[in-house]
Amino acid sequence: MKPRVAVHKFSSCDGCQLAFINDGKVLLGVTSLVDLVHFAEAGPVDPYAKVDIAFVEGSVSTPHEFEMIKKIRENSDYLVTIGACATSGGLQALRNTANAEEWFKGVYAHPEYLDNLKTATPISDHVTVDLELWGCPVSPKQVVTAVRWLLSGVQPSFPHDSMCLECKRQGNVCVLVTQGMPCMGPVTKGGCGALCPSFGRACYSCFGPSENPNTTSFGNRLEGLGLMPDEVARRFMMIHSNTPEFAKAGKHFKGIPVVEESKEGGN
Amino acid sequence: METKKLFLVHNQLSKLLSSLNQSGYQCIGPQVKDGVIVYDVLNDVRQLPWGVRDLQAPGKYRLDKTANPENAFGWANGAQAIKPLTFKSEETLWKVTRDENGQLAFKSIDPEAKPVAIIGARPCDLAAMLIMDKVFIEGAYKDVRYQARREKLFTVVVNCTAPSANCFCVGANGDVRAKDHFDLAMTELEDGFVVEVGSDAGQSIIEKLSLQPAAIEQIQTADQRLEAAAQSQTKKLPKGDLKEKLFNNLDSEKWNEIAKRCLSCTNCTQVCPTCFCHSEGDVPALDGASSEHKRLWDSCFTEGHSRLHSEVVRDDTAKRYRQWLIHKLGTWADQFGTSGCVGCGRCITWCPVGIDITEEAAALCSEQEKSK
Repeated sequence: MKPRVAVHKFSSCDGCQLAFINDGKVLLGVTSLVDLVHFAEAGPVDPYAKVDIAFVEGSVSTPHEFEMIKKIRENSDYLVTIGACATSGGLQALRNTANAEEWFKGVYAHPEYLDNLKTATPISDHVTVDLELWGCPVSPKQVVTAVRWLLSGVQPSFPHDSMCLECKRQGNVCVLVTQGMPCMGPVTKGGCGALCPSFGRACYSCFGPSENPNTTSFGNRLEGLGLMPDEVARRFMMIHSNTPEFAKAGKHFKGIPVVEESKEGGN
Repeated sequence: METKKLFLVHNQLSKLLSSLNQSGYQCIGPQVKDGVIVYDVLNDVRQLPWGVRDLQAPGKYRLDKTANPENAFGWANGAQAIKPLTFKSEETLWKVTRDENGQLAFKSIDPEAKPVAIIGARPCDLAAMLIMDKVFIEGAYKDVRYQARREKLFTVVVNCTAPSANCFCVGANGDVRAKDHFDLAMTELEDGFVVEVGSDAGQSIIEKLSLQPAAIEQIQTADQRLEAAAQSQTKKLPKGDLKEKLFNNLDSEKWNEIAKRCLSCTNCTQVCPTCFCHSEGDVPALDGASSEHKRLWDSCFTEGHSRLHSEVVRDDTAKRYRQWLIHKLGTWADQFGTSGCVGCGRCITWCPVGIDITEEAAALCSEQEKSK
């Protein structure tokens, strides 16, 4: 019998699930090796199915998700988070640092219909996570690697070196050194294949903090390139504001008061 | 061996390219790309960086125009040296496949090694390659992939008449002029190059060009240009036994001060023409029927490279920077009989926060003298 796999979606843009779908060969390859018993974006729906591997996209942002993740954990032998939202809280975790109630009033005509937790938090704040795939979004390569290693009975491991290492291996020219661009590569985990610098653009830090990131020295350098402290803070806080490393850097450069919420995220 | 110096006027450069091409070499040469000088396939001398110079500072690289648009080598160096040509940043070493009966078959993946001529390598690049030769092919265990590419490499060195502000080859016991181990070495003047032949292969290429001997004045001008270039360098490494001086400062607070600035991002090691650290890993196919064993450039600034028998032995930036600096300037000599630094200045230029190896080495070594 083929291993049973579920792909769940929480608060997210759906982009990471596309890592399974965008590459037809990947989808055919994966489906020949496993049974996709729940994957709403691709067809099968059975959210409470017992599975060998559960992939979870998105952060825990609603009371429903807060309950649902516990059930998914109970029903899954191995749980993998895919992408920034599930792994660190993602973009929507920006609301953790602000008065979100005011934002809701400003954005929605009828904010009373919203049913949100005060915070958006990563899956690992709520249940044990066996593997984290970083990225905004994750790539088919990451998903394929995870599936293959798990099928072989091996704990997958992904490099958490700086993106610069990948960038240099590709023969790219450094956009920070040659153009003064505020490229986040030196403090960012690799895994994207240095996508943005390969096209002459500065890294946005989609993959979150690298191991051992020196955010203070790097932020000082960004100021030297002409960014105001507020802009430096925004570079750190854009996608992975909820990681301890970037939250600290954001506070350091802007002085954003981070609202300390309980880990349970209860309303 | 022909030792007489010859003169190649600028408009004969394309004949040199043709001569190399006809002898089966693919030419690689400097050209402007993405705001920097890179080595890439050179099909036409018009691709060369005519009238271009580089402005380098710690953490900064910019291009500008030179006073002389007729010169192609009025710059110091580019983003990489020769290293990427001989030591690939990523390559498959072997592949294993599983047949229908579950039997595994291992197959070595042989390197693709075509004859390549590097045109416009700098004396520091050549010096670095000679160090890499010691690392990869002169020891007890030869790296067949490096060796295959190295043996088919033809080197046309262009001596350095325009060091950057970050250059310190002279202060690293090197020179702006290549003395030996090249096929051809050239020094650029206003209207052409004084050419020296350094090998039989170089001789057979140059014979086809029917060059005139260089005039005494041309040779003197070349010497003057090189002397001026050497004089223009301001940075240098400390003198004396750097290994001893650095080892005497293993517990210096200075390492922690550097670590406050160092990003541990690996850029210095990736642009260094002598850094050879690498990691190996397996990339299995999704269906599990085959797997490739790959070698990748790595760095002593990564946690993975510090992991020995499941323990991370250098768990912070201070220890990693110390490892890099002391190896490069000190213990390298124990291993390979030479310093690991040729003074190209790339680690200074391409460090995003502009950490200067000459300044840090000087500070560490003077600290020791103070404590005496």
